[in-house]
Amino acid sequence: MSAEHWLFFFFAGVAVLGALNLILQRHPIHSALSLILVMASLAVLYLLLGAEFIAAIQIIVYAGAIMVLFVFVIMVLNAGEEERTSLSRVAKFVGLPLAAVFLVEVCYVLYRAWPSEQMVVPERFLGRTEAIGKALYGEFLLPFELTAILILIALVGAVVLAQKEP
Amino acid sequence: MSEWISRHPELLVAGLKAGVLIFVLLTAVAYMVWFERKLIAHIQSRWGPYRVGPHGLLQPLADGLKFLFKEDIILTNVTSRFVYLFAPFLSLALALLAVAVIPFGPEEFELLGTRTGLYVADINVGLLFVLAVTSLGVYGVVLAGWSSNSKYPLLGGLRSAAQMISYELALTFAVVGVLLLAGTLSLREIVDGQSGTWAGFLPRWHVFPQFVAFVCFFVAGVAETNRTPFDLPEAESELVAGFHTEYSSLKFAMFFMAEYAHIITTSLLVTILFFGGWLSPFPDTAAWNFTRFLPSVLTAVLALLFFRDAFRLTNQYHRVLTFLICMGLAGLAFLLLHPTALVLAQGPFWLLAKTGMFLFVFVWTRATLPRFRYDQLMAFGWKLLVPLAVLNVFVTSFVVAWRAD
Repeated sequence: MSAEHWLFFFFAGVAVLGALNLILQRHPIHSALSLILVMASLAVLYLLLGAEFIAAIQIIVYAGAIMVLFVFVIMVLNAGEEERTSLSRVAKFVGLPLAAVFLVEVCYVLYRAWPSEQMVVPERFLGRTEAIGKALYGEFLLPFELTAILILIALVGAVVLAQKEP
Repeated sequence: MSEWISRHPELLVAGLKAGVLIFVLLTAVAYMVWFERKLIAHIQSRWGPYRVGPHGLLQPLADGLKFLFKEDIILTNVTSRFVYLFAPFLSLALALLAVAVIPFGPEEFELLGTRTGLYVADINVGLLFVLAVTSLGVYGVVLAGWSSNSKYPLLGGLRSAAQMISYELALTFAVVGVLLLAGTLSLREIVDGQSGTWAGFLPRWHVFPQFVAFVCFFVAGVAETNRTPFDLPEAESELVAGFHTEYSSLKFAMFFMAEYAHIITTSLLVTILFFGGWLSPFPDTAAWNFTRFLPSVLTAVLALLFFRDAFRLTNQYHRVLTFLICMGLAGLAFLLLHPTALVLAQGPFWLLAKTGMFLFVFVWTRATLPRFRYDQLMAFGWKLLVPLAVLNVFVTSFVVAWRAD
């Protein structure tokens, strides 16, 4: 196994453990921190695939902007530890096995669809920054602009909602 | 293990360079504190530190030892012990990480059989990497403020989060103007694109066509580092010490070092983006060839100044130490005359000289300007800097598109 494979398995493991920790933690801040860890390890996985631009954007947008807002809101609301109730019987006897079955199913389908030697290929994604820019502003210009307008509408809506009643 | 390393010498080289860089950076951070105290003192007609070593040059060492031996008070009623202990480490680690992609010079050299340059990592999206790492820096401050379970740190953390999010926009928009001209995200190529001159004497630095972007970037950079006049997160008259009120000893020192490392990173970035990085300000012609000897000459002048001090100072120990420093500098000046060293030193010399200029401005601002009020801070960022930076992007893109036709 090459160094890239070791790095892949390490950061994939960190991502999965971080995601598990996100659910298991009781305190919202700890959950948010685990999510940041997941985002960062995903960025490393993108980097291993050769997608430098997407890796950097992943950190800037998700870890640097969105999660800061999450943490900010949790701090302002001063959210405490969540209270746990014992698992309901349905969740225990039906939900958990079903989740396990679903996980196995997804793994099986993915494993059948792509042979194992094709799964992790470092440097396979060759979309450099320039290629991504050309695709976004050329081929996908309409969806790109539509998304921009959608976000603008959401922004205006948020401002209207936050406005004080006259 | 050793066999694996011998098959991958580039890893060893990268580790070696990272170690050297961290050592140099931490030393620079320590002496940045000395520089700031000395400069502010002189601006205010005081002497500043002058007892510990000649001109107070050993003061950073004394400060470091003091931090090390102070009692480390760890609160027991913190909101989250893990986060409380983790925040200073996160702050310092991210501040040190950002410098990894800064290129210090164009020359390549051979180290352990690998060709390598004056950088730890040369990645294609170097600029985005720096922005990403600095945008994560806010977590150290916010988490420290939150986990301390105390009112002043919490308010400081909240202020810092709001301020950093606001000014990051202006910072990023200001960079876009440079990107449009350079057409690349690699810091090395951005500097290379600035070589040459306009009309034979004016260097083709981005600061001339992008002056507005430069002002936006530098002001937003000062705000990002939480320095005066934007140091509301640690405003001592309102918040005691802001987010690091409940930290002592080495943990406080970590926040302190992170702040100064941020200042150095911001100055390096301004130099690389707008002032041609390692490029010499003089035209690349035979008539200006003599400027190659500037690093050596300036070191020699510094050595002479210390030589004079060796006879002027009254303290015996200071005299001996000054003489030793003088000898060291004189040796360095001779070493810089060696052909290989002469070529290799050009890039770092100019980069660090320009960076030093911005460090001076950072300190100068702190000595001159009073602190903003909170509403002024927000209005300044959102109503002036962001629109100005966006306008700059508009104008620049129009000019670039018009030129391309």
